[in-house]
Amino acid sequence: MQGSRTYRFSFILMLLALLCSLLLNISSGSVTIPFPDTMSTLLGETPEIASWEYIIWDYRVPKAFTSILVGAGLSLSGLLMQTLFRNPLAGPFVLGISSGASLGAAILLMGTSIFAGYTSLSFLGDITLSIAASIGSFLVLLTVMIVAQRVKDTMALLIIGLMFGSITSAIVSVLAYFSSAEDLQRFNFWSFGSVGNLSVNQLLLLGSIVTVGILLSIVSIKSLNAFLLGENYAQSLGISLKKSRLTIIIATGLLAGGITAFAGPIAFVGLAVPHLTRQIFDTMEHKVLIPGVMLYGAILMLLCDTLAQLPNSASVLPINAITSLVGAPVVIWLLVRKRKMMF
Amino acid sequence: MAKTGKNILSISDVSIGYGTKTVAKNINFDLEAGMLCGVVGINGIGKSTLLRTLGGFQPKLSGNILLNDKPLEKYTSTTLSKELSVILTEPPASKNLTVQELIALGRQPYTNWLGTLTKEDKQQIQASLDAFLLDELRNNKCHELSDGQLQRVLVARAMAQDTSLILLDEPTTHLDLYHKVQILKMLQELAHHKQKTILFTSHEIELTIQLCDRILILDGKDHPFGDPCQLIEQKHFDTLFPSEMVQFDHETGTFKVNK
Repeated sequence: MQGSRTYRFSFILMLLALLCSLLLNISSGSVTIPFPDTMSTLLGETPEIASWEYIIWDYRVPKAFTSILVGAGLSLSGLLMQTLFRNPLAGPFVLGISSGASLGAAILLMGTSIFAGYTSLSFLGDITLSIAASIGSFLVLLTVMIVAQRVKDTMALLIIGLMFGSITSAIVSVLAYFSSAEDLQRFNFWSFGSVGNLSVNQLLLLGSIVTVGILLSIVSIKSLNAFLLGENYAQSLGISLKKSRLTIIIATGLLAGGITAFAGPIAFVGLAVPHLTRQIFDTMEHKVLIPGVMLYGAILMLLCDTLAQLPNSASVLPINAITSLVGAPVVIWLLVRKRKMMF
Repeated sequence: MAKTGKNILSISDVSIGYGTKTVAKNINFDLEAGMLCGVVGINGIGKSTLLRTLGGFQPKLSGNILLNDKPLEKYTSTTLSKELSVILTEPPASKNLTVQELIALGRQPYTNWLGTLTKEDKQQIQASLDAFLLDELRNNKCHELSDGQLQRVLVARAMAQDTSLILLDEPTTHLDLYHKVQILKMLQELAHHKQKTILFTSHEIELTIQLCDRILILDGKDHPFGDPCQLIEQKHFDTLFPSEMVQFDHETGTFKVNK
């Protein structure tokens, strides 16, 4: 495979783009802070207005880092799924992983008060919410994997993913029908997706989950490359199918499940970014693609979040809507331009 | 043809099949280093099953399969990948790989955990590119290749894997006569010059007779194995197909349709 040297220039450009979008993201928000002041505050000086320091360090910086983690992690999980399922349309959303997380969250947020009679959710911390969402996404991922073993047709796999989505939304509707307005609202806000409400502790937890996911992906680079030939060929190249498949699934589940738990279901990033990245890095080598999709995903997520945060206005658009508005046309454009989607 | 006298593959009394369903039994043959062997027989007789069994993709039902004097089932997937490479009927899952990337994957059994290519790996890849006339196509994507070119790439990948035994399942399907002959000629050269043992299944009996050192006929009974000329003399091809449709001509080594 071609050495990574050929791609060094692209990587440097992308790192610069990441830095720019990070600064752009931090300097924009509902409160207008002049760019020089943002910079000086970031460099450790005390700004003119004391509240700016609080806004930047306690709100905008954690939000920006959440965006980076979410974008990089979701894109990586999308890449892993496309290779594992040998399907260019695979992604956390399409395969129903995000729906699984929604179901977990919905059962926790709305189901507990219906079935167990708890009226208040105040004792249910966000950690519980993330665990419920992760369990939900893991269960769906495992089911999809078992089905994938039996059904060799990748088209059928996508349809099954879509069906999971339908089942989930049906159960969620039923739960919503019986639950209180408060619970329903809480679930709705979660499902809009948000990168802005994480405390430092949550951010650290999310960071650790994503890091484990990334490490597992790096360990799997060799088997991921072999999977590009198909499972039988991978086995004939000395890859232990069971072990590597399991590693990749755990990585995917941690990334997609963990992120969906903290930031809500965020559409299209996982599906679109691997394809966008292949426009820049014209290779299938995962050694190049893994850092590539992570950089691209982080940049895209930072920009989407900047867009969601309407300048000079107090309103924040749901991030899920923005990523769909950006992502869906991109997928259509790729399909129309290339006529055929390949991975 | 140079013979070393060493058996690379040794099959005795092997039955193959799925679970309780036996597809073929009493298969016996030995292959030495540098031999090109074709497996022929009518559809459904068990050619692919035999290949899948020899490739370690499914267990044999009974009998002994020795690869380099060691029972096949004693190999782990890692050790097997250095002794045996396969070319299957299924196309590579990703057609977005370049020719060079695909061939480089053949070096996986020898690379470190990250798959870094050493100087030796790169030499092997270059040798495979050259041997199968793929140097100019090295940066082409697989979806841009014709069927014949793709088949050459897959064989080149197996050559890069540098194993003593190479198994191919129907390498000549979808190819025109020229490319069928081309790929079989290249296999013959690989076997004779690089001392690789190559076993392939095929429906091209006439080409197989002309190019192979050994032929295994799966006929559902005795599964005759041997030199193509011997097999013709012993009239084993006569009963390969129902005789009311086609008949084998001993003079030319070809089949004639009954008019």
